[in-house]
Amino acid sequence: MKSRQLIGRLWATGPRRRGAVLATAAAVAAMAAPALGAGTAAAHVVRRDALHGVVTIGASVSLSGDFSATGKTTEQGYQAFQTWANEHGGILGHKVVFKFLSDGSSPTQVTTDYQKLITVTHVNFLVGPYSTLLTKPASEVANRYHMALVEGIGGGPSVFEAGLHNVFDVSASAVYQGISFAKWVAKVYKPQPVAYAAITTPFNEPIVTGIKNYLDSKGFTTAVYKVYPLETADFTPIASAIAATHAKIVAIGSQPPDGEGLIKDFVSSGYNPTVLFEVSGPDQGTGFVKAVGKQNTTGVMWPNTWYPGANEGVVNTEMEKILEKEIHVKSVSLLSANMAEAFSAAQTLREAVDHIKSLTNAKLIAYMHSSKAKFTSVQGPVCFKSTGQNACATPFVFQWQHSKQLQVLPSTAAGSSKVMNPKPKWGQSKY
Amino acid sequence: MLVLQGIVDGILAGALYALMGSGLTLVFGVMEVINFAQGIIVVLGAYFTYTFASHLGVDPFVTLLLTIPIMFTLGYAVYMLLLRPIKRDRVIMSLLVMYATAVVIEGVLDLIFGGTLVEVTASYGTSSVHLGSLDFPNVYLLAFGLSAVLLAALYWILYHTKFGRSLRATTQNLTAAKLVGINVDHVSALTLGIGVGLGAAGGMLFGMTTPFNAASSYDLISRLLVIVILGGFGSVWGAGVAAIVMLVIEDVVAVVWSPVWGQTIFYLVLALVLMFRPQGLFGRRLARAQ
Repeated sequence: MKSRQLIGRLWATGPRRRGAVLATAAAVAAMAAPALGAGTAAAHVVRRDALHGVVTIGASVSLSGDFSATGKTTEQGYQAFQTWANEHGGILGHKVVFKFLSDGSSPTQVTTDYQKLITVTHVNFLVGPYSTLLTKPASEVANRYHMALVEGIGGGPSVFEAGLHNVFDVSASAVYQGISFAKWVAKVYKPQPVAYAAITTPFNEPIVTGIKNYLDSKGFTTAVYKVYPLETADFTPIASAIAATHAKIVAIGSQPPDGEGLIKDFVSSGYNPTVLFEVSGPDQGTGFVKAVGKQNTTGVMWPNTWYPGANEGVVNTEMEKILEKEIHVKSVSLLSANMAEAFSAAQTLREAVDHIKSLTNAKLIAYMHSSKAKFTSVQGPVCFKSTGQNACATPFVFQWQHSKQLQVLPSTAAGSSKVMNPKPKWGQSKY
Repeated sequence: MLVLQGIVDGILAGALYALMGSGLTLVFGVMEVINFAQGIIVVLGAYFTYTFASHLGVDPFVTLLLTIPIMFTLGYAVYMLLLRPIKRDRVIMSLLVMYATAVVIEGVLDLIFGGTLVEVTASYGTSSVHLGSLDFPNVYLLAFGLSAVLLAALYWILYHTKFGRSLRATTQNLTAAKLVGINVDHVSALTLGIGVGLGAAGGMLFGMTTPFNAASSYDLISRLLVIVILGGFGSVWGAGVAAIVMLVIEDVVAVVWSPVWGQTIFYLVLALVLMFRPQGLFGRRLARAQ
């Protein structure tokens, strides 16, 4: 307010002074631009929207193609954050506006999208797309323009192996996601053959490999390990190969729709594993229930850092209410975990920007890497390793029990319920 | 035994793909139109079934009484409104028109249903017939049966009706068909109607066997095109044989070795076949005389 009064007073003093004011303002703007921008040729320009009281956040989302189901829930998570943030003072007092582009689930298009968001739309900040497959190229583009990429749904090892300094994953990384499950299996079951299958994506396969390596070290053997490509449409032969082993324990590195398709084939063939762990699919709330039927959900386990109804504080409850209102789900328990992962990414970004009190991406990156940077998200605590992985996240395992999603592992963690073991036979549980 | 199960799975799933691909190859045979929208048409059929079955509470098979006439009308209308007016560069322009149609249908489905995966369910859909150690999932057995009935009906129409003769005449020589008084536009519109109607039946079965959303059409169309190329463009029986060959190869390799190699081996077989029979297994060698 004071600076505005000063400029007003100088403006009122005559044409010569006005010229000086304009020249000074231009010079100050030119000097201030790098600080306000992202430190690149494109980003040296003062972010116009920010000067008008708006902070823009760019994201590419998969609204068509292989990830269209999960891409939509990712977008809904970001939209819920936009609503929530604007009800709580925005970012640094500015209104939050998301700029979305659709990538068709294509790594090529996601590269174009982030390039466009940075150089054409001139967004202030970037958050991640859905999947490791798309996060990796997105992080490379962001890195080229020295912008931070805060994400919650791209935690595969390949994202961090690139050694980029600008990518931050607020969820538990893939390599850790299956560990709680593997430890539980080794504790509860005697060494025996385990059936594995995994889709060849850089997020799903490493989780199953991590489980397998851990169980191998504890004396478990591999009944079968089927790796299948992303475009697989007929899951029957994979289900048949797993069913033929009669393995009691099955771990699948799935994503929608194969997780659902495999369950349907298991049900149809009458194969009832005692333990069924799927990386993604069961976390899709309504989508999962609609696809497999609610009578077949009980007992299915999956890894994650969040579940609907999680006791993660006021913001979590507010987010769930917004999502419930915006997407009209019958029950909060049917919300997709992608929504919370996306929300967490934007929430962590907001917390960091509010702390540094600047829209400068260079400052943001430096702060998020500092040891004192600790954040609270709807998924739980967030702090970053030098690689950008969340060092504070707990790799939870959740389980469907009678139409509810419950946190079950680690069993010692606050809020964990008892694991339903063995899983009831298909269609025979009360729901 | 696992190999035998792979063969069973492949034959049952192959029949379903044969039904979905038959509309595509039939339309090409008559009109030389590559119906790029066939994938989304199958998904549209699945959504119609899903909607009617869940809102009316009727069996998915019963919904065919509604979906086939609706989809037939859609196919007829698409020809009359979008394809018939094309006078020049028909092959390329019709490909673009059908692609645009696919994009529009996908957009509308996304708008109405969102991206959430859904599945058509029936009480008998989650059980199997067990013969020894072999499983025959009920849904696939029914799909096989329906595919066989519909493809037999299509054969009867093609070879035992006046319309079938007109259709085959149009397939063999468009100009000659016109000269002998066949209303080629009407035959073509009916053919697209039948092709899209078959998509409705294929869609119902697809929806009962696979969770789907609008994006499922991309994987579908690529597989259907490969089936039609292997079988020979224009050959309904070729599509049937090719679908079963493709699925048996993929499924057997998947169960005994790896699903990743299943598709690779199939494409190797496809390349070998096309080296010796560029027109596909049952395709015509020469282009149609105009």
